Amino acid sequence: MNFLLLTLIKVALVAAVFLTALAYLQWIERKVLAHIQLRPGPYRVGPHGLLQPLADVIKLVTKEGFIPSHVNKFFYVLAPFVAVALALTTISVLPFGPEIQVFGIHTWMQLTDLKIGVLFVLAVSAVSVYGVALAGWASNNKYSLLGGLRSSAQMVSYELPYAVAIAAPLLLLNTLSFREIVNAQAGFYFGFIPRWSVFQLPFPQIFSFVLFLIAGFAETNRIPFDLPEAENELVAGYHTEYSSMKFAAFFMAEYANMITVALVATLLFLGGWHPPLPGAISNYIPTAVLVLVAAICFYHGAQPYRKWDRFTFPIAGVISLLLAGLFLVPLVQPILMPLFWFVAKAGLLLFIFIWVRGTLPRFRYDQLMHFAWTFLFPVAILNLLVTGLLVALFPK
Amino acid sequence: MPDLKEEEIPLAGGEARAEETRKRRMTVNMGPQHPSTHGVLRVVVDLDGEVITQAAPDIGYLHTGIEKQCEAINWHQVVTLTDRVDYLANLSNNLVYALAVEKLIGDIEIPPKAQWMRVMLAELQRLSSHLVWLGTHALDLGAMSMLFYCFREREELLRIFEMFSGQRMMTSYIRPGGLALEPPRGWHQRVKKFADIFPSRIDEYETLLENNPIWLKRTRGVGYISVEDMLTEGITGPMLRGAGVAWDIRKSEPYSSYEKFDFQIATRTGNDVYSRYQVRMEEMRQSTRIIQQALDGMPEGPWKADAPKLTLPDREKMKTQMEALIYHFKIVTEGVRVPAGEVYQAVESPRGEIAYYVVSDGTSKPYRVYMRTPSFGNVQALGTLLKGRLLSDSIAAMGSMDFVLGDVDR
Repeated sequence: MNFLLLTLIKVALVAAVFLTALAYLQWIERKVLAHIQLRPGPYRVGPHGLLQPLADVIKLVTKEGFIPSHVNKFFYVLAPFVAVALALTTISVLPFGPEIQVFGIHTWMQLTDLKIGVLFVLAVSAVSVYGVALAGWASNNKYSLLGGLRSSAQMVSYELPYAVAIAAPLLLLNTLSFREIVNAQAGFYFGFIPRWSVFQLPFPQIFSFVLFLIAGFAETNRIPFDLPEAENELVAGYHTEYSSMKFAAFFMAEYANMITVALVATLLFLGGWHPPLPGAISNYIPTAVLVLVAAICFYHGAQPYRKWDRFTFPIAGVISLLLAGLFLVPLVQPILMPLFWFVAKAGLLLFIFIWVRGTLPRFRYDQLMHFAWTFLFPVAILNLLVTGLLVALFPK
Repeated sequence: MPDLKEEEIPLAGGEARAEETRKRRMTVNMGPQHPSTHGVLRVVVDLDGEVITQAAPDIGYLHTGIEKQCEAINWHQVVTLTDRVDYLANLSNNLVYALAVEKLIGDIEIPPKAQWMRVMLAELQRLSSHLVWLGTHALDLGAMSMLFYCFREREELLRIFEMFSGQRMMTSYIRPGGLALEPPRGWHQRVKKFADIFPSRIDEYETLLENNPIWLKRTRGVGYISVEDMLTEGITGPMLRGAGVAWDIRKSEPYSSYEKFDFQIATRTGNDVYSRYQVRMEEMRQSTRIIQQALDGMPEGPWKADAPKLTLPDREKMKTQMEALIYHFKIVTEGVRVPAGEVYQAVESPRGEIAYYVVSDGTSKPYRVYMRTPSFGNVQALGTLLKGRLLSDSIAAMGSMDFVLGDVDR
């Protein structure tokens, strides 16, 4: 009973947080991209467009679920659900923090810990190509078909370097369970270099990390690899014929995949929730950051650029100060600190995703495949071999 | 290869193989409403997988009948229509029409200030047009931020246009006989400010694109068309200069005292999308140079010709002189009479050689205004450019041609 109840609570919590994060990732993306492009981004719904995701959701849900007459109905309807279901599945095996104690109950900040967690993630991401391929085929539209074909080929090709890039740190960490993976990255060399996979001896996995990120960009169909939905040639690619909730499903799947890649990269390469600095100093960093944020907010509130800035910025500042105080409360600190570092690292990676989108042009389809097979894959294999050799020569 | 239709090309493997190949083909309609065509061009593309076997542009979706309309209105009113031909280079169109009419009239001297202003305006227009091209071209290839950076500068240019003419795009500012109005006070300083800052902005664009490996991969070697084909199809402008042909009307047949300005014709020899990109970037730098020179050496004097039968008289004169009032009445009610004859006048627009062939029968309305527009010639090459290339290349190639559908269909 206890186990069941606890799991249900955790599932509800994770689902709620994850889905909200999905919606707000989209807001963040639009904001960051807008500021890169010299424009304010969403600004109308709520202060600084903060309620825009909600408005988008309401709009998409209440729209008529139109099914064109020329589609293969069964697969047309199935495809978005396959895509979104698989994209949301991965989160169930990813841990967000260490074992914690709430009201006397010991539990892990994770839904379930599979012994083969890494393989599970790979398997699910491999299957998720079906959503896109089915959508492209069932839409019975030439642009959709081209988008679906491109996407299938791209995702299948990049699956290999993706998997090989993951394999290399696994040799160092010697486990497939995410919980163990993070535990194996605890501690510091010489008291200040964290033992994360990207720094871990005998062979720091920096190459592997970069390869993983590149393949991750391709897996999630982001610029510079966003060919399946290359707007200017394929209209909207595989989801050209989709509208309302079915379109939203693809949209959610894309952002869920993005978050998953960022989380897996954090867990595998960046030491999960372990702080980057030794000792108790790291416990004060979030407070310091938030106080700084509050100071900036108050400064801008005192010199308002727009008239309502006089109210919104101080409110944001007060909220930051309250959060800063929260991080100092001993009762919740052991829960919040790991979460903070985990979210900070994953957030940094997501920021890179958005930044790249604001900067780079798009590859051509054949160049993309060429890049995967003649550069990415061989380098990943080489990296794996070197890692294997060094691990064999210098066993722990 | 002899001139065979696609179906007649003999294939190894005989009829069965040919049949199979035909079945594998897919015909895709790109446009008239498609995100990449910038207007309403329809391209019928035959695809074998992702390879284009045949591409045929289909024009006419933006046909406005401007040429015919010109025959029904009087000489001065036509200026407003020329704005709408190539709506991204309206001042170039104003200019070529004004020059043509002035040529028809013959004995008319355009004062140096008007001439220098015309040069400066044409070059500002070139900047504005090239900025739209760069932004949309980069957007097509996935670099979406470029659009916003380019439009930041274009916005300033449009404000400059608005300042002298009251309109952002349809300026109708260059008129037969000079300019419509005297540029307002403070306008030159504003242009100066822009011209000073603009070279650094070009550097900024080049930081993002010039050596970007993805940009190079997408544009190098794409969109080749031989110089002979270009000359037969009447391609002009940056496309021709990107193939190493230094053909620029500003140099070869200088008009509006372009011969007094120091600038180079930008040429590259790559004959691909990247060369055209480089040519246009270089042209933007050269245009800025011309603008700087025009600003520094702007002569004093009147801004329209002393031709009472062609240009409207000043307000003050109308109140004091009887003839001025009569001329004003005649021009406004029945229009200007242009001597019978025919002329061909070409200028270098941002897209290439734009030329008006104007025929007059001596009345107050043009008998015929034929427009030889650069985009029309450039779009003709689309089939040659795309054949055998990948679908993604079609976007790069079309972007490099920089056509405006109003200019194609007029």
